[in-house]
Amino acid sequence: MFGMLSGAWRYRYFILSSIKTELRLKFIRSKLGGLWLILNPLTQVVIFAFVLSTLLSSKLPGITSRYGYAIYLMAGILGWSLFIEIVTRCLTLFIDNGNVLKKLVFPRITLPLVVSGSASVNNALLLLAILVIFGLLGHLPGSAFVWLPVFMVINIALALGVGLALGVLNVFIRDIGQIVPVALQFVFWLTPIVYTVEVIPEQYRGWLILNPLTPIITSYQRALLYNQAPDWRGLAAVAFVAAGLLAFALMLFRKASPEMVDQL
Amino acid sequence: MSSVLNVEKLGKSYRQWGSEWRRMGSWFMPSIAPREEHWVLKDVSFEIGAGEAVGIVGQNGAGKSTLLKLITGTTRPTEGTVQLSGCVAAILELGMGFNPELTGRQNVYHSAGLLGHSQTDIKRAMPEIEAFAEIGEYFDQPMRTYSSGMQVRVAFSVATAFKPDLLIIDEALSVGDGYFQHKSFGRLRQFRDEGVSFILVTHALGDVRTLCDRVILLDKGRVLKDGLPDEVVDYYNALIAEKENAKLTIEQQREKSGWLVTRSGTGEARVKSLRLLDALSGEELAVAQVGQQVELRLEASIHADIPRLVLGYMIRDKQGHVVWGTNTWHTRQIQENVKCGEAVVFRLPFTCTLGPGSYSVSPALVSSDTHLINNYEWIDNLLVFDVINAQRDIFIGTTWLDGQFLITRQIDGCV
Repeated sequence: MFGMLSGAWRYRYFILSSIKTELRLKFIRSKLGGLWLILNPLTQVVIFAFVLSTLLSSKLPGITSRYGYAIYLMAGILGWSLFIEIVTRCLTLFIDNGNVLKKLVFPRITLPLVVSGSASVNNALLLLAILVIFGLLGHLPGSAFVWLPVFMVINIALALGVGLALGVLNVFIRDIGQIVPVALQFVFWLTPIVYTVEVIPEQYRGWLILNPLTPIITSYQRALLYNQAPDWRGLAAVAFVAAGLLAFALMLFRKASPEMVDQL
Repeated sequence: MSSVLNVEKLGKSYRQWGSEWRRMGSWFMPSIAPREEHWVLKDVSFEIGAGEAVGIVGQNGAGKSTLLKLITGTTRPTEGTVQLSGCVAAILELGMGFNPELTGRQNVYHSAGLLGHSQTDIKRAMPEIEAFAEIGEYFDQPMRTYSSGMQVRVAFSVATAFKPDLLIIDEALSVGDGYFQHKSFGRLRQFRDEGVSFILVTHALGDVRTLCDRVILLDKGRVLKDGLPDEVVDYYNALIAEKENAKLTIEQQREKSGWLVTRSGTGEARVKSLRLLDALSGEELAVAQVGQQVELRLEASIHADIPRLVLGYMIRDKQGHVVWGTNTWHTRQIQENVKCGEAVVFRLPFTCTLGPGSYSVSPALVSSDTHLINNYEWIDNLLVFDVINAQRDIFIGTTWLDGQFLITRQIDGCV
């Protein structure tokens, strides 16, 4: 474990320059460049906002603003897009970089670090865009906004734990790469992103707690929409789960590393 | 001499687990054993000293690439150890990690970073990398606009920008145009003079002879021979034929003069005698004069019926470079239906236009233009003779070209 950390530290410049490179690659040769980073999740917001709030006229309890639902959606999507970007990219991380892994020696831990770094930057850009839209809608986030980095860190840890473990297994069992995207769709709908927890009938509500994403996403929504502090107990439990998953994933990664190259 | 690399009892096996669940189980429970093990490298031990250049030869599948991967650390050994002291650079494949959308300069940053160099080091080396690659303003253009030769130039410049203690090169040198090849060989020679150790893996046996101090021959994952270049390369050459001729035997013996005689073959035809004679008097010679008419006379004895018999021979200088070589297949003088018990005498007259020095003759009795199909007998360096220059003006080199100077002078008046 210590070797991993010191390797990552020696390669810190490489990690930073790789993140920069990834960002740069998004801007090169496409007219809208980095705008696509933001347009993608925002279209999702527009579609859900239009379909659900206008057509199905669902309402949010305790919110009078006309745009309440759109803001609620944006908060949820902000958290979700960070999670899904890290998980899906980690899933094929070792397979995509197979050639480099086979030919060069470098601390492998840099790969997931580059992914989390570049996903965080993308997410920060999305956050910036969302804040601009909030401003246009006349909804300025309050003091609870400062908790956002905490949610992001827990979110990244959870995503990295899940993604890394699946990414390692995917090298040996390629079916995982096919199953996970389908499973993630279920997870999306099992997380209160487009709906609120209150919509769920009382007797089933307890099940939502089993989804570790629920406390994270609701924290985003509470902070951005209601300007409320998060439910710290729920969040701490998730942080605990995330740390456990991450430790498990790193152990799996270390055990599998010697054989991984032979399988790529 | 301190050692740069110490490989001890190295082995690598690729495991078959039967099912992926068993494999994953083995990460946590060491008692779960693989169903089948396939050893590609076993019990390999050697040492490389500072400043030593070692060639690794062997047929495809002999385990050369696996050995390099184990030394660089991309794969881990199943057993044994690799001890490295100092910094290792490997040119296994040029241009690893290049992105076509980035410029040459950005790619240099990226791939040098991947090799573990710090930002400041790369920045410092950048002007030199740019100068060595010599691709002008293309250096700041996206790499997709490059020709493959230009990519190679950038890749080689990055790979050798930082002086390592041990440089590993895998067949990567035969790239780029003649000019750049020359330049890159120059850089490698400079490294050698500065005391960098080398591991060179190649099928170009001529390169091995000239560049290496020592050669290791790998066969079926084991070290078959480890020694001086002429010894190992000649042995390897004889070994290639063994694949086709199961009963082939190889013997090696170092003569007092320092020449190594390697004898291999299946023995249907044998060299009974090989002598160098004066073409006019027929007297046997140990020393030939530059420009003398001489003749090689080879007597072959036949021990089985042979449909086709071809004699080939080559003359090598002391460094092992082939000065001349041909065979009766190329001259369309194949002897057909040679019967057991026959004696075949080959007379090979030529003018000795060699430069002064020591030369060897290696004859081969085969059935076509290569010894890979039937190798009846091949003897490296069977006959050794010296050439002296007693009658001509002094010259250097291995060939007497009868070069002349034609000089004219004329008075133009002093201005």
